[in-house]
Formats: sequence, C-alpha cells, structure tokens
Amino acid sequence: MPENLLSLVPKAEAAQSMKDFKSDQEVRWCPGCGDYAVLAAVQGFMPELGLAKENIVFVSGIGCSSRFPYYMNTYGMHSIHGRAPAIATGLATSRRDLSVWVVTGDGDALSIGGNHLIHALRRNVNLKILLFNNRIYGLTKGQYSPTSEVGKITKSTPMGSLDAPFNPVSLALGAEASFVARTVDSDRKHLTEVLRQAADHDGTALVEIYQNCNIFNDGAFEVLKDKDRAAEAVIRLEHGQPIRFGAEHGKGVVRDPATGDLEVVAVTPENESRILVHDAHAASPTTAFALSRLADPDTLHQTPIGVFRSVERPVYDTLMADQLDRAVEQQGEGDLGRLLAGNDTWTVVG
Amino acid sequence: MTSQVSSEAGEALLGEQRSAPVEGRDGAEKEVRRLDRVIIRFAGDSGDGMQLTGDRFTSETASFGNDLSTLPNFPAEIRAPAGTLPGVSSFQLHFADHDILTPGDAPNVLVAMNPAALKANIADVPRGGEVIVNTDEFAKRAMAKVGYAQSPLEDGSLDGYRVHPVPLTTLTIEALKEFGLSRKEAERSKNMFALGLLSWMYHRPTEGTENFLRQKFAKKPQIAEANVAAFRAGWNFGETTEDFAVSYEVAPATRAFPTGTYRNISGNLALSYGLIAASRQAELPLYLGSYPITPASDILHELSKHKNFGVRTFQAEDEIAGIGAALGAAFGGSLAVTTTSGPGVALKSETIGLAVSLELPLLIVDIQRGGPSTGLPTKTEQADLLQAMYGRNGEAPVPVVAPRTPADCFDAALEAARIALAYRTPVLLLSDGYLANGSEPWRIPDVDALPDLRTAFATGPNHTQADGTEVFWPYKRDPETLARPWAVPGTPGLEHRIGGIEKQDGTGNISYDPANHDFMVRTRQAKVDGVDVPDIEADDPDGARTLVLGWGSTYGPITAAVRRIRREGGHIAQAHLRHLNPFPKNLGEVLKRYDKVVIPEMNLGQLATLIRAKYLVDARSHNQVNGMPFKAEQLAAALKEAIDA
Repeated sequence: MPENLLSLVPKAEAAQSMKDFKSDQEVRWCPGCGDYAVLAAVQGFMPELGLAKENIVFVSGIGCSSRFPYYMNTYGMHSIHGRAPAIATGLATSRRDLSVWVVTGDGDALSIGGNHLIHALRRNVNLKILLFNNRIYGLTKGQYSPTSEVGKITKSTPMGSLDAPFNPVSLALGAEASFVARTVDSDRKHLTEVLRQAADHDGTALVEIYQNCNIFNDGAFEVLKDKDRAAEAVIRLEHGQPIRFGAEHGKGVVRDPATGDLEVVAVTPENESRILVHDAHAASPTTAFALSRLADPDTLHQTPIGVFRSVERPVYDTLMADQLDRAVEQQGEGDLGRLLAGNDTWTVVG
Repeated sequence: MTSQVSSEAGEALLGEQRSAPVEGRDGAEKEVRRLDRVIIRFAGDSGDGMQLTGDRFTSETASFGNDLSTLPNFPAEIRAPAGTLPGVSSFQLHFADHDILTPGDAPNVLVAMNPAALKANIADVPRGGEVIVNTDEFAKRAMAKVGYAQSPLEDGSLDGYRVHPVPLTTLTIEALKEFGLSRKEAERSKNMFALGLLSWMYHRPTEGTENFLRQKFAKKPQIAEANVAAFRAGWNFGETTEDFAVSYEVAPATRAFPTGTYRNISGNLALSYGLIAASRQAELPLYLGSYPITPASDILHELSKHKNFGVRTFQAEDEIAGIGAALGAAFGGSLAVTTTSGPGVALKSETIGLAVSLELPLLIVDIQRGGPSTGLPTKTEQADLLQAMYGRNGEAPVPVVAPRTPADCFDAALEAARIALAYRTPVLLLSDGYLANGSEPWRIPDVDALPDLRTAFATGPNHTQADGTEVFWPYKRDPETLARPWAVPGTPGLEHRIGGIEKQDGTGNISYDPANHDFMVRTRQAKVDGVDVPDIEADDPDGARTLVLGWGSTYGPITAAVRRIRREGGHIAQAHLRHLNPFPKNLGEVLKRYDKVVIPEMNLGQLATLIRAKYLVDARSHNQVNGMPFKAEQLAAALKEAIDA
C-alpha cells in the first residue's frame, strides 16, 4: 500500500516564494563557497513543496555546511559534531507532522557521525539528508577528510594522506538506504530535481552534493563542471533511460556477462541494445552499487549523478506509530492507576 | 495485628531473633516459632535461578504484608563458569513484622545450592545461623574447584551452624519422575524445590508462585506443572522430614505501614512508572532514547511494554544517539528521557552540554554502578556525583536529583521531570544498582494526587521591537524561573534556530560578544541555582552535636545505623539530600548547627568535597567502595567513632 508521508505535513495556506525561506541572519560562508548555491537551490525549491514552513525543520551537525539551518526561515537546530541524524531521528519519529531535513558534511556525516548515518539509513527514518561533500575539512582549516583522495597533501598530511576514501553513495547503499542520489552544487536544475525526488520519498533520502570549497580544496569537482570536460566525466542517471554519456552520447554502460560488473564502452550499432537501462526502483541494490563504483576516485572521471536508488521500504516512524496504535487496540488506552497497582497488592487497614 | 513485637526495636541487632512458642495448627506436631524479622540469602550458580527464586520469595512475602528489603547480587557474566566462586549469584531478603530499612547485614539463613555458593557466602552468616545445603552438588571435583580439600559438611568447619543437608537435586528429580522429563530438565526445577522448602519454613503463601509458574510457562504446560510439583515437593519435604523440626512465622508489618494499598516494587520499576506518571501529569508524550547498559536496561524494557500510554522507546545505535534522539524529541515537545549508567553518561556528556545550551527539558537517568571504566557493571556505587555535577566542557550546570529508596525512585522521577519542564533544562537523576534491583513495599499513590507538571508551549510573539513589530525571541526568559520559552515546531510564526554556539541574550542569534557570553554563562548558572528546592530537615530528637548527612541510596543503611546509635543512648542527627544541585537553600544553616558533620558515601568523598567547598564546613567522610551497600552495624560503628572523636 503506497503511502506518501508528505501528506502528514500541513500545507502552506498561501503561495510561498523563495524570500519566505530566507532568515534574517547574514550568511557567513566564505565568498565563492559552493554552499551559497545549495542554499539558494533549497530556498528556491521549498515554495514548490508548499509545506507550512513552521512544519519544516533543518537539523545540522558541525562544520561549514552545518551553519545552513541559521539561514533557513524554518525551525532549525545547529547541533553537535556528527549527531544530527540521531537528533533528527528523535524529532522525526516523535513528530510525523514535520518535514525533517539533515544538513551535514563529509567530515560530520562520514567521520565523527558515521555510525548515526548508517543506522538512520538502515532504519529508514523519514529524513532528507543533504550531505555536502567537499572532500576536505573546511571549518578546521584544511585537513583531509574521509572522502579525500589517497595521497592528499594537507596540513595534517604533509607527506600525503594514507587512508582510502569512502564513496558516500556506495556506503549508503551498503547501509540499506532506500534512496540515494548524487548531485553537484553548481547545477541548480539537477540539484533541484534531485531535491524534488528526495522530498517525495518516504523514508531516508541521502543526497550527496558535490560542493566546492574554494579556500581549501578549490576545483575538486572542476572536471564535472568544466564545459569541455564534463561531457566525458559526468554520467547522468535517469530512470528508464539507457545510461549513455560523452560527446554525442557515444559512450554507454554495459554489463560484463562474465563478471556481472559494469563497464563503459563506445556505443556501436552492435552493442547498442546491450546498453544498461537505468532502473532506480530495482529491488536489488546490486546494479546501483556497481554504478557507484564506476567513477575513478582520483580523477572523478565517469561520475554518475542523479538518483541511483529509490525504492519503497517500510519507514521506521510509521512502524513505530503503528505499534503505538496497535498497543492501544490490544490493551486499551493506558490507565495509570491500574498500571501502578499491578497484580499483587495487599491492603493495610487502620 | 497479631505480633507482640514492638516496632520501635527497628533494626534489631545482628542475628537477633525473638521467638515464642506458638501452638501447632491443624494437628501439625511441628513447633512453630514467631520471629520479628528474618534475613534469608539464596545462593547458587548463576544458572541456578537464584534471582528468580529470590523474586518469588519476595513476592510471597510482600503479599503476606511483611516489610521487606532485598539485595540481589550477581556477576556480570550471564553464565560464569559453572561451580566457580565468580559464578555465584545470590539474593538476600530481609523481612519483618516492623519497619525495616535495609536488606540486612548478615543472613540468618543461607541456602547454598553448591560448594561455591557455600564458600562465597558462609563468612557472612553468623554462627548459629541456619545453612541449607544441596548435598548432591558436594562431589569431590566440585569441592576441589573452589578449594575445599575436604567436605565442609564433614570436616567440622560448619560446627556452630545449624546445617540442613538436603539432596535437593535428587529429591527434585524423584518428585518429577512422572513427568517424563530428561534428568537435565528435571534438575532445573531444584530452585523451586528450595523455594517450596523455604516457603514452608516461613509460612509463606504459595498461590502467587503457582500462578506465576503457570503464567511464565504458559506455552509449556508440562514444564509449568513440573515446576509447581517441585515447589510443592519442597513444601511437603519441610512438612514431613524430621530434619526440619521448626517453622517460623513473621507477622505482617501492620503497624509499620500507614493505611493504604501496597505492592512490592524495585527501583527501576518505580522509576519507569514515575516517568510514565510524569508524562501523564505533564500531558506530554514520553520519549525514551536509550542504549542497553547494566543496570539501567530494565527501564528500557519496562517502558517498551507501555506503548499504550503513548510511550515511544527508541533503542539507539549507541549512547550518544540515545540522548541525541531524546533531545530531538524534546525539541519537538515530548517529555524526553535517556537512561544509562556511568560509562554512558560519559559518552552523552557533549549532548548534555548541548541541552544546557539549548535550554530544553531532558531527563538523564544514571543508574550508577562500580567504576571507573567498565568497572563493576552489576554492583552499586555512588561515584558519578561529580561527573553529574561537572562532567562537561564549559560552565554547564545541571540540576541533580537522587532517590533514596527503591520506591522513592517513583517520586524522584516526577521531581526530576518537574524541574526539567519548569526550568527548561536537562536534569540528572542519580539512582544506583542497589536501588535499581532492590525492592521494598510501596504504598500505591492516588493518581489524582500526583503533582501537576503541565507547562505551556509558546504560542505567539513575546517581544515588541523598537519599531513596534511583534517578534518571537527564543531566549527571552521568564523573569521568575529564568526559563526560556519552549516553542515547538509546528507553531506558526515562531520559527527560530537554536544551536550550541553562544547565543545573544533574548534573540538567540549567534553571538561572539564577550560581555554577552559572560552574561549568558552567569544566567544559565543563576537559572539552575534558582531552582526551587524544598528545605532539608534534620531529624534530631536529642539535640545532637553530630550530624550525619547522606544522599541517594545510603538512606536505608544510614537510618538503620542512626536507630542503632539512638537505641544505645547515643545522640546523632540525620539529614538526607534529595537535591544535589542546587542544594536546599537552608543546607548551610543546618550544617552550621552541628559541631561535626559526617558524610558516608559509596565513593571516596564526592559529596563531602562539594559540601566542604561550598560551605567551608570541615565535613568528615566515611567511605566504602566495595560494590555493596553499607552494612548498618559497620556504619553505626563508624558514626559512633565520629561522635566520640
């Protein structure tokens, strides 16, 4: 039985504009930061969602991106490092009439808060998680992050970083995520479309947003943005469409029959029928995972963006609410006097 | 009311049992003696079901109307290696025809299910005490395992005890032979045989246990009936065998209790009920975010059973997520709670600091256990007081409330909720392992007489700007309580952002202004300092010169020790703290009335440190950190020493 949990959130009484979602606080990101673009996209998208803005809550952790809630004229909490998914879980599971968004970064979500992220995903709490990935620690001034490429030279790794990075999309799929997408800060149209689908999803939606830190990791995603190179670097995933990219859509993704893995081939009339058609709703996450592995972690060539996976799965908040309803059905509304008295009592008379 | 024993006797001296012959009943020829109180300890392997046996005997005793106090004591391992000393699990129960305060210092009766149980416990039993031993387990190997070269049943080491050798295992198997159970299955009921025997010895009602067994094993009727049969066989064994010539009666403690309806309750159960009651009285849904940890998990289990009260329980991925979810729920308008023990508080401390900064109501329940680190998970201690007071970065004051007895956990939970809701602050509720698992009779409160905990959410603007516009300021305070408004999401027009960064007074906007920070730090402190806390009363009938001051679960042993001293003509005053932060306003004045102040604690002097620092009183510490509650006799001796010093 498909449900749409958005229907539990009250709608705005009047039409909204982007301005309604701007708070009176001065935005304090570095000039040129990719966060501005994401903020504008989110503020621009909210009126389309049309929810009563008092029923929208943004919860964040710590880091540059986590200042986000201050700039949204909704309810918001700027919490502590890594804990936003846990806090948002308490809010979302106790208040199904709210649209709860988590704003986090690669350090916040994948390093100090990694545990909360994976558990929110596996539970499928009704949260929309925007993971700003700039592959660097910005607020602490430039240390490598869990998504930095191996060998990254930073203040804390003058001879190069040693640890292999996380691929956030692969990680989310491994954590049983029901909705996983990737988008880019500078592509307003794509970002908005991904937000639209995420907002409409029942359960946890993880949106990885490649975001440029122009101070400590400038140009990290340039290959995906540069007009000349992007065609070869970006694979746009669209549900129901063959996965093709490159100039003239001359490249495509096919499955290697021997290994089941995916590979990129030059499209020819002979192999055209073998080009994989993207199915974001596939029950198995196997192909989505394989897609998430196409990108070269160092050069970001062949980076798929779009919705990797979007499937229906029971939502934790709903299950929790159902148990409460069922308990009342089975046992009746709680009666405190009866509870306190229990079954074994004795009476002392005067 | 049949007992002739005066209840002023209070905690009678060690091993003292008064007896008077009572006529045999129903033609029974055995002698029945009347006692005013008894301390029984059941001891066996951790797999022997001693906790269940103790619980059942407690229930029988409670329904009979005795006053009682219990002390479960078990290892952290679920099944420690069988037959070893570390694997011994015990349950001590003190019951009386009068008002008692502790589980008792020394058992009058020890039930030892194996050599390890005997070895681990016999030193606590005074000579003259009764020892019931399961002789079937006293094989050479089992004895050698715990270092008995010879059988203690035969080498004279138990001379002076009244030893009852009973082949409990054999008798149980014999009694169950018609059930077609395997030897192993039948053996398992030997604890019920022992319970039956003890129930006969002390004239306990049996119906409750039989009903309990049939309910517990409802899906396995054969096992249920086998256990009932073992239980009855134990009873009949006592009735018929010559070894047990005497049985005992302990009259109901009618005079010890005010009129009312009573039940037996453990601290963790009382605390769980207190939280549900607080939710009802506040008219707010209860939300528990928790991660399993001994000895707090039972609160999570209990609350999970009461979803029909609108209770949401969330078993989080870790301690941090437990309190995080609770804080999120508090932001959303729930009565939010997290339950844990000391190691969990350490993990939660950053989030407690955030709650201090956000000024949202939140209950943090710490069921203290032995520390540091993993420490002694199943043993009791009071060593988290300073962690509760100061265990956070920055100036992060948090009110601290501590229950004094198992039943008091109910009231303490309501009180902690009152403070949290009225002052919009996290509150630490400090119980401990002894209160959590121990139990006592509880007069069931009238739900209509419970305190009103309702608090109002903000509904509209609370500030007029210079240009006349009405706005909402999330940090504009109530002038009396200094509490900030609680504006929950979903309230139109009050959209606001809060966070852990310092906030400007009033607007709540981020502020790095030095003067504002100084003001906010002092204001948060002033809010907690100003929490309305009842005055402390010293119990001082004789105009004593020495005051004993306690907090938390030492109430029982301290009060028992004070009674002993007074009974012997000594003079000592007693006061007990429920509120550790802020202290009662009159505490300094009360302390200064006395020449000497003694503070017994199950730590190395944490309250004493606070008292000395705040009041410049030369308080003297008396400490014990062995994982067990104070024994009244030893404590009385220490207090006497303090009086005479």
